[in-house]
Amino acid sequence: MARTIIPFGPQHPVLPEPLHVKLVVEDEIVLEAIPALGYVHRGLEKLAEIRDYHQMIQVVERVCGICSNIHSMCYCQGIEEIMGIEVPRRAEYLRTIWSELHRMHSHLLWLGLFADAFGFEALFMQFWRIRERIMDINEATTGSRVITSVNIVGGVRQDLTPEMCSWILSEVDTAVKEIKEIQNTILNDYTVCARTKGVGVLTKEQAYDLGAAGPTLRGSGVASDMRLLKYAAFDKLDFEPIVEQDGDCYARSTVRFRETLQSAELVKQAIAGLPQGDLAAPCKGNPEGEIITRVEQPRGECLYYMKGSGKKFLDRVRIRTPTFANVPPLLAMLPNCELADVPVIILSIDPCISCTER
Amino acid sequence: MLNMTPTVLKNLLQKSSTRMYPIEKREPFERYRGELFNNIDECIFCKKCQIKCPSQCITVTKDKESGTGTWICDPFACVYCSICVDACPTQSLYMKPVHRAPSAERDMMEQTGKIKLPKKKAKK
Repeated sequence: MARTIIPFGPQHPVLPEPLHVKLVVEDEIVLEAIPALGYVHRGLEKLAEIRDYHQMIQVVERVCGICSNIHSMCYCQGIEEIMGIEVPRRAEYLRTIWSELHRMHSHLLWLGLFADAFGFEALFMQFWRIRERIMDINEATTGSRVITSVNIVGGVRQDLTPEMCSWILSEVDTAVKEIKEIQNTILNDYTVCARTKGVGVLTKEQAYDLGAAGPTLRGSGVASDMRLLKYAAFDKLDFEPIVEQDGDCYARSTVRFRETLQSAELVKQAIAGLPQGDLAAPCKGNPEGEIITRVEQPRGECLYYMKGSGKKFLDRVRIRTPTFANVPPLLAMLPNCELADVPVIILSIDPCISCTER
Repeated sequence: MLNMTPTVLKNLLQKSSTRMYPIEKREPFERYRGELFNNIDECIFCKKCQIKCPSQCITVTKDKESGTGTWICDPFACVYCSICVDACPTQSLYMKPVHRAPSAERDMMEQTGKIKLPKKKAKK
């Protein structure tokens, strides 16, 4: 059969966001994939010229809904480093708690979408029901389900009361119990394994050379986790990066599944070690200088470059999101796969197109 | 095989996880950032909320001739971040823990109040 080009996206049942990939297909086997991005570009980096550096926190939070808290945390850490602000220890712990809760709900959302991608809708509903507990914690503690708006330059805006802490612990314990109930389904079920094992293999060398990030990189056997940089309160928390060796869709989903349980453990550790103290340090003056900060988002390493020149408006904000790094590895995974596996492979990198295009 | 069966049976015997939404509503959380309101009697029209607002949805004007000030908020541009609430020096801005009801028309929240005169210092 002759070669044909099949457009995948920008509107597709399995994709919540507009990603367009042209698939060169021969006999239902993909030979090549040509990506086309740019459907949801909003020019948020340009907004730094008309929004001051405090207002930009709200802008960067809205780069992406699912990792909003971690975006603003990365931005605030960069500005604090430029201005030499010492963040109170309690604020660092609170940031850690909220960022790990965000990682949990992001991974649960993805596990649900992944199950939906290979047609397991009941499992999708199960994961999203568990995720609702985490969303309720977010809403009760920060005031909003998705865009938490708790980070400010110098600390955080909200505090956790002891009653809230005990409630969070009980909710997280219940969530973990519910996750473990469906662990057997997502990891050992015949249909799930048949659709994910050996599909979209990315070798360790390929992942490293193509600059993959996050679970895509760890699923291929590279132990890279930005939380090892010990930002926020991670210097006092005990954890090891979760690594799988196979590099296929199953390995990547296993990494995310295990990271969900790891995040729950980190939330418990952070609440147990929560020190007393102020919530925010005073912030005076304007940022002058340039900085690069990195944090670990649910999808991988997120990099912020910021440049200020002593004015209240930043000269430049550059956001390198993890999905941007994961697009080349995706294009390396797609050749020689079956057309029916394309949605599963694309979803296995956890694409966040709004992040990528900013 | 049959890994999902215990979960399926449990779901059959449990009560529903969802609500009949418009009829049955969950109590809002205390900290929920819902609709923004301004207690205009306490507002001093200092424009701090207008300056701090990241979405620039608040406009404050003062008319010294008539001695009145106007506080206008575009609820469709508001992003419910509550930064104005934190910035307000008189705590006249507050947020109710219920979200704004949908409306078929675009309307602006406009409130007019009297400008407070600066307090005179007591004569020694």
